[in-house]
Amino acid sequence: MGSGQASLPSVKLDNVAVIRGNRIILQGFSLTAGAGDIIWIRGANGSGKSTLLRTIAGLLPHASGHMQMKGNIALSDENLGLDSNLPLEKALAFWANMDGANADSRYNALTAMDLTALSDVPVRFLSSGQRRRASLARVIASGAGLWLLDEPYNGLDSANCARLDNALLRHAASGGIALVAAHQSPSINVADSILLDQSRKAA
Amino acid sequence: MRLAWTGGGLWLPIIFYLAVATLFPFVTGPDKLLLAKTGGGILWVAALLASLLPIERLILPDREAGIMDQLSLRGWSDEMIASAKIAGQVMAFGLPLLLATFIASALIGLPENKLPILLLALAFALPALSGLGVTIAALTAGLQGASALGGLLLVPMAVPLLIFGAGTLGETPGNALQLLAATSLAMTAVSPFAAGAALRASRG
Repeated sequence: MGSGQASLPSVKLDNVAVIRGNRIILQGFSLTAGAGDIIWIRGANGSGKSTLLRTIAGLLPHASGHMQMKGNIALSDENLGLDSNLPLEKALAFWANMDGANADSRYNALTAMDLTALSDVPVRFLSSGQRRRASLARVIASGAGLWLLDEPYNGLDSANCARLDNALLRHAASGGIALVAAHQSPSINVADSILLDQSRKAA
Repeated sequence: MRLAWTGGGLWLPIIFYLAVATLFPFVTGPDKLLLAKTGGGILWVAALLASLLPIERLILPDREAGIMDQLSLRGWSDEMIASAKIAGQVMAFGLPLLLATFIASALIGLPENKLPILLLALAFALPALSGLGVTIAALTAGLQGASALGGLLLVPMAVPLLIFGAGTLGETPGNALQLLAATSLAMTAVSPFAAGAALRASRG
């Protein structure tokens, strides 16, 4: 809700811990990101990348520490977040209308992910790579200042990886922040990369 | 927008409801007196059981598709999501059921003078039934055998509605109607919070 990037987005995490079940997933985690930063969050499978993004998104509670976020948040993870019965364009419009984004930004997002030819196809008929691109288009169309992308390169071919890189660079150039969780290196320059530790302790 | 969430499978509970109304006279035979006496109660049972049918698709598909996450990101509280779901269920299930009651009561041979009170009582009870359905859907989403468990949970909770609802078909409908309205109001008021809490607890 609200009007996108009225003020510059920022993220500040200070000594944050996240507990799920009775396991400590994150402990003493700190992160600072300002406008224009693309941050690569790396780590092995199960190291807590998704948990970190979901915590920053406010979907999971943090057990201790301090979190401060400015700007609207858009999340793309393994869940598509689109109504599978609607045509792609309408499914994107559902969220874009809620975000107050106009039809132009939706069209630009579809173009950015090379989805314009599929805009009339119901979401349930999309292939896995197309779904990933649709979910990224939803993030782009939201106009949010802070992008949280969980393994965004999964299932994308090289041409579409390049499209995503371009979208990320444009986002950063316009003052946005992107936190990209990926087990392999993004092909663009990142402001910072953070390695999540694998070691876990029982709480 | 709320309706968009509950699309698909809309007609199944209504067809079930009408099927009961069609089949019941076959079982009892064309005994007008018996049908007039029992028909209303059967419609109440059918409405209650019909409300069980959509439970499995009320919450789970949206949660698996990440729709709930996206709403939370946009500042929707879990209680708001639950309220919207309940309102959607009242519109997608309650209103068609009320319309189907015109046909069902004719099929089952309910005396015409009982139809207005049946419609009124059902209209009172449907928000509560929808609230219960969404709450139980939120509680059981993702569990093995969620629909069987849902039935087990919903039936006892809905018994007060059934008793007072069927009571309105008796000689003094006024008292039962007041009790029904009170019960329904309490359930409807509590259910967004119960369902919201269940949504929050199950978010992983």
